[in-house]
This record gives sequence, structure tokens and C-alpha cells, in this order.
Amino acid sequence: MTTMYTPDHEWINIEDHEASTVGITHHAQDALGDVVFVDLPEVGRSFKKGEVAGVVESVKAAADLYMPVTGEVVEVNEALRADPSLANSDPLGNGWFFKVHISEVGMAEFDQLMDGPAYDKLLKSA
Amino acid sequence: MSATLLQTPLHALHLELGAKMTPFAGYDLPVSYPSGVLAEHRHCRASAALFDVSHMGQVRLVGDEAAAALESLVPVDVLGLEPGKQRYAFFTNPSGGLLDDLMITRRAGDLLLVVNGACKQADIQHLQTHIGHRCTVQPLPDRALLALQGPKAAAALARLNGDVSKLVFMTAAAVTLAGVECDISRSGYTGEDGFEISVPAEHAVALAKALLALPEVKPAGLGARDTLRLEAGLCLYGHDIDATTTPVEAGLTWAIQKVRRAGGARHGRYPGAAAIDGQLATGPSRKRVGLVGLERVPVREGAVIVDAKGHRLGHVTSGTLAPTVNHPIAMAYLAANHALPNHEVYAEVRGKRQPMRVSPMPFTPHRYHRG
Repeated sequence: MTTMYTPDHEWINIEDHEASTVGITHHAQDALGDVVFVDLPEVGRSFKKGEVAGVVESVKAAADLYMPVTGEVVEVNEALRADPSLANSDPLGNGWFFKVHISEVGMAEFDQLMDGPAYDKLLKSA
Repeated sequence: MSATLLQTPLHALHLELGAKMTPFAGYDLPVSYPSGVLAEHRHCRASAALFDVSHMGQVRLVGDEAAAALESLVPVDVLGLEPGKQRYAFFTNPSGGLLDDLMITRRAGDLLLVVNGACKQADIQHLQTHIGHRCTVQPLPDRALLALQGPKAAAALARLNGDVSKLVFMTAAAVTLAGVECDISRSGYTGEDGFEISVPAEHAVALAKALLALPEVKPAGLGARDTLRLEAGLCLYGHDIDATTTPVEAGLTWAIQKVRRAGGARHGRYPGAAAIDGQLATGPSRKRVGLVGLERVPVREGAVIVDAKGHRLGHVTSGTLAPTVNHPIAMAYLAANHALPNHEVYAEVRGKRQPMRVSPMPFTPHRYHRG
């Protein structure tokens, strides 16, 4: 599995270990409604798993964006900053939020996240 | 949880339309439909949107003394309200704070009040306690309320009954729509032309379906209702106004007619008259203002407003990224010496100061049909 999911409805893909991509799930974007603003982390900043790394806001509400695993932010999605609606229209693709260089601790944390079937189960139980 | 929530007569229709539901004022109400808040907001500004506002309270006051009695609870000219006309009002408390805001329509044989859903039980109690001995206070729980709002609302509704075109802003009439006798007023809560339609609950679904079948009309939920009213500069009770804010602080003195002010023929004699007259004479120490964000960051309810040195000036009571004006907008109470046009202030959002400018309201021009 290269994509894992968090209970906060974020996904992380580690195809590229140096720059693993983080975004929000379909469920998250649907619950938020029309995304109109994103506050993305500074490139070069490190966060521990669970720390607030950014904010995603719809017309209705603001939601925190949590770091799914410990690591350093190496890139943010400037296209998303310019057009936050990408988080609604393509949350698993062009609507990604940032990329992370995962730390050693972070790799162990990654393995503890939910895989696709486990995340689907979480959604069904909610 | 949903078991404890009340449902409007349109509840099943909302679910059928794919609405996302949310608890509001004790009811399970649609926050948005599959098209989403932004699309619903834009559709209302461009065409016509249908809102279910059946959670709001409808109350009749009947009797020769009804208007005079109601004047003892609101600082508004009710006796002078002509049949077929509607007026904005508010119930005040002894310190001049606002218990609720409402619409009053004078009909041939009674007064029809529309009050906020979250306040309706308290309002009915308030009416019964204070004026129940002077007139009959009759709640109308068996009526639904629909709002049809937007620049094409009149053209759409005229397809069901051409008589609606004769109404102008803040007037009302009984009309037959889709075979049902309804009470409609040309008013609303979006800043657009439009109507509020009181309909017997058992006919509400049929009427809503008839309206949704019109080419101009699409459903809209509470999310769009909130962004629309905020752009229109209209207060939301419990947020922008409440028991601690006076009509003077809230900038609602336009609703207090001369006849009810100091020097007027029927001045005072409502709860809080001394406090409100005092503030009218000397000016309030804080005022509700509009704010426009100079950056993209939305500023929401609760955000603290400070000056350039970080001194607290007040707080935000409503705020969003406004879909029509495409900027953050907010309402806030500011110390009166800072509530000045174009004054620059800062909103504290997640530890950062976002520059905002005091702006006149509405943020989008009202487009009422004044005839």
C-alpha cells in the first residue's frame, strides 16, 4: 500500500519517499462543502504527527489540517492556494495540499495508518 | 440525536432532493443541496432560490387593541401600519437589549408576526404574559413558510398567480397559489427581490414542488441563506444582535419611527425605552459595523478586532468569504471612535493579524422592488 488514511480524513501517498503527498479525502471535502480558502504550511518547517499544519475553510466553516506523520514540508500546492475549489473537484489528485519528507519516526507512524479498506470501513461505521 | 429534532412539513422533500441536513433552532433543516452553498448563493443572486423557513414562528394577534398592545413591547409604529403593509420590528428587554427581531404584517382582521425559530417559544410566552389580556395571541404551528428569493422570483411566482406582480417591497396579500390560499409578503432575508409565502402545512409540499418545477427556481439551504443575508448586511439574531445589544448599537434605529421616539406622540412605553432614548440622544459607546478583509483569509464569528497597537476594539459577530463580492466580509461591534468609514483595523485569526477596513453595509446592493 502506498496510500494510507487518517481518522481526520486525510490521505498520504509515499510513492516518493522524499516528497510524500498529503491531501483530504472525498468524504472530508464533501463534509466541508465548497472550499474557498486554504492556509498551507511554510516549506522547510517540520511538524510532529497530529500537529496542525494548515487550515482548510469552506463558506460554512474552518477545519484544521493535521500532519499525518512526522516530517518536514518540502513543497506546497500553489495551484490549490490560487484555486481552493480543487480540493472539492479533485481531492485525491490536483487538490493535494503539501508534500512531506517523512522522518524515521514518521515511517513507523505511516505503517500505523489505515489502508483503503480500513478507511472505507471507518466511513461505513460512522 | 435526530429523534429529538423537529421536522418541517418539507423534511421528506429535502431528503428526496439530496440535502445535507443540520440541526438549527431545534429542527432538522437543509444546510445545502447537492449543488452546494456557493452555487445556491449564486443562483439566488442570478435567478430565484426556494428556502424552507418553516422553523420560524408565525403568530396572529387578534382584537381591537392588538396594535396598541404590541406597541407596548416594540419601539415601532404598529398603530400607523396600514392594512397590507409589513414592517420590521424587535422585542426589547428592560435594559434596551433585543429579545428577538420580527416582521409584522397588518392584515384586514389581525396582525401576523413572523419571529425567529429559536426564539418562538419565548416570544409566544412573552406576548401571552404581557399582552395576552388585551388581544388574542394565536400561534400558527400548522402553517409552513417558504421564501422565494432572487431577481427572477417575481416572474417565477407570477406564473402561478399574476396578482403577485402588484405587490411592492414590504407589502402583503392573500393569494391563491397552485390551488391553495396563501399569505404572501414581498420581502425576505437575502437583499434580493422576493416573497415569503405562508401556506397551510398540509399543502406545503405540493406548493414547494410547484415552485421547484418553475424554470427559474432551485432549492437553497441555510448555508446560502446565511451568506446571502450577511452580504445584504442583515442581522442574524443570536449572533449580530441579542439581549445584550441595543438597537442603537446595532444600527437599527431606522426601524424606530419618530412617533415612538422622544418628542413623538407615542414615545416610550416599551421595555428599555429610557436606555434606548438615552443612547439615541448621546450616541452608543459601541456600534455594529461592516468589515471587508484586505487579504483572502476568512474572518469568522468570535475573532477579536484590534488596532495597529494591538488594543482590543471589539469582536466579530458574523463573517465569511462572501461569494458575490469575493472578499472576506464580517459584521463586528467596535468602540464607537473606531467605527468610522474606511478605518483600518485588524482581525486576529489563528495568531495572525488580518487587515480589514470598516465598510458601509450592505456589502452587495439591495435589489428590492419598491414599485
